[in-house]
Amino acid sequence: MELTAFIIKAIIILVIFGLTLLIAMYSTYGERKVAGFIQDRLGPDRAGPWGLLQPLADAGKMFFKEDFIPAQANKWLFIAGPCLAMLTALMASAVIPFGSTLRYDGIEVAVQGVEANIGILYIFGVVSLGVYGIMVGGWASNNKFSLLGAIRAASQNISYEVAMGLSIVAILMMSESLSVGSIVAQQHGGNWNIWYQPLGFIIFLTCAFAECNRTPFDLPECETELVGGYHTEYSSMKLGFYLFAEYINMFISSAVVSALYFGGYNYPGMDWVYTQLTAAFGDIAGHNVATLLGTAVFFGKALFGVFFFMWVRWTLPRFRYDQLMNLGWKGLIPLAILNILITGIGVLFIQPSLTAFLK
Amino acid sequence: MNTNYLPSDFLPIIVQFVLAAAFIVVTMIVTHRIGPSRKSKAKDDPFECGIEVVGNARTPISVKYFLVAILFVLFDVEVIFMYPWAVNFKKLGMLGFIEMVLFMALLLAGFYYILRKGVLKWEE
Amino acid sequence: MNPTLSFFYFLSFLTILSAIMVVVSRSPIHSVLYLILTFFCLSGHYILLNAQFLAAVNIIVYAGAIMVLFLFVIMFLNMKEEEEKFRGNVTKIAAAIVGGTIFIILFGAYRKTQVGTYNPYEFKSQTGMVESLGMVLFRDYLLPFELASVLFLIAMVGAVMLGKREIGERHF
Repeated sequence: MELTAFIIKAIIILVIFGLTLLIAMYSTYGERKVAGFIQDRLGPDRAGPWGLLQPLADAGKMFFKEDFIPAQANKWLFIAGPCLAMLTALMASAVIPFGSTLRYDGIEVAVQGVEANIGILYIFGVVSLGVYGIMVGGWASNNKFSLLGAIRAASQNISYEVAMGLSIVAILMMSESLSVGSIVAQQHGGNWNIWYQPLGFIIFLTCAFAECNRTPFDLPECETELVGGYHTEYSSMKLGFYLFAEYINMFISSAVVSALYFGGYNYPGMDWVYTQLTAAFGDIAGHNVATLLGTAVFFGKALFGVFFFMWVRWTLPRFRYDQLMNLGWKGLIPLAILNILITGIGVLFIQPSLTAFLK
Repeated sequence: MNTNYLPSDFLPIIVQFVLAAAFIVVTMIVTHRIGPSRKSKAKDDPFECGIEVVGNARTPISVKYFLVAILFVLFDVEVIFMYPWAVNFKKLGMLGFIEMVLFMALLLAGFYYILRKGVLKWEE
Repeated sequence: MNPTLSFFYFLSFLTILSAIMVVVSRSPIHSVLYLILTFFCLSGHYILLNAQFLAAVNIIVYAGAIMVLFLFVIMFLNMKEEEEKFRGNVTKIAAAIVGGTIFIILFGAYRKTQVGTYNPYEFKSQTGMVESLGMVLFRDYLLPFELASVLFLIAMVGAVMLGKREIGERHF
């Protein structure tokens, strides 16, 4: 990789990193506003105009709280827990293509941290590591509620990971590539995967909710049974890290859903916009502006996904634990396998006959 | 798209890792420094809803969770086997599809056995 | 020194260091965490070899699944620290004999094996990608693949036989 390309990539990563943190911060505000709207109240409105400074106030409060470590806890593991949760959440965005390419100085660089052959598997791997933050933190607290919360969270996450992996397989059968960049590029215009994979989409979305420990799957921190779940003993910014990691995961999963099923940076009529822009601004500037427009569309889709997470949280009640496990193992896994079979039959038999018929 | 993948494609991950690690370490140190620190006997106890602490939190748990973890490992490996197949699905054609149906049939046989044995039954 | 080589040495140093820490550290939980670090370093080696699929599988299967199982067992199996201290000399001697034997076998095997050669003109950098791996696995190694699924079935049955408690028995 040339130095210029590397520097551009580094800047892209820096910007995405900053945006992720900003979005996660304002998701906390958004969540309270959405909750307020759904429950017919105002939500935060004191700090700044419309309460816009509320996340800053929350962060400041978190910083100035006592950084408390219980005497019976394993000190280093207790610190490592939230750090691991945060680290895995922050690493996941590397392979997501946030836009097509930027042209600069004769080279084309994709708006994506890493364009790897294994893109999807990278996300899958990082997601599977998310368990450690919760398990290590919950166990190190030396508290019964934390332990129960941690073990619930861990088995929930690993159960839904299987169905998630299986639902991705169906997409790969159509795209023939693991790279997220080419999966998105194949959904050019309005040719999105959601039209071909509605069942896979529902399975993936359900698993994304479970992996983020969001309602209706928020049993690990079910306050009526487990106080605060795995973060019962945490305070200060360590607690903040756990909450923050949840919001980052929400944003990342929405971004992954929109990249896999909703065409990422593609939108209907993008070719027309592209020709208009290149005609107006010239080849290089027009291309870059079109790319940035695509990136904005991508963020719009991802933010709608985050809103959807909140909408569901304030609408649906939570599952019982046996219902949760039954849904994961007995519901989603057979469904996902069925989806693979349907996709296989569709690609092998229906698609050729359909194209022959249309000719 | 890029078809010639090289190890150097992964260099930006180091940038991201360094950024994330630096953010985490700095935040942890800052919050540890500027917060107050007051110790007391009652505060050091594990939280049990205000009642005296009974026993130890290092208790053994139901064997079901282990079984779920073991089954997860097995299913995860099987799912991993499907990825190289799915990527080559159109090239392998009909024969590849039959191979995978056979593989999945055995997987589902094991799954059926697990269900019949009631391993995944939580509501007893 | 070229950057790839220096990166390789750094990664190897980290791998061996974390592997030693697995053996040396007192608490089993720390051992598991160091083992995860070791797997990450190994994945780094795979990436240097341009075997990207193997790198990802190594992380997903070993670091993401098997180590979770290890952590489950260690964390929730009621390991008391006092019980740890009493390790008889017999165990130590047995461990030394077993470890030493394995070392001798490996050493002998490495001395006998011939290092494979390669032709730099025919070298294809994309051999380690998932597409070529899939073609080889599902064309040339079909029988081992299908046998692997039988192995999984047996493993599932075995896990259930060992772990399942009948109704009425205590769960732990």
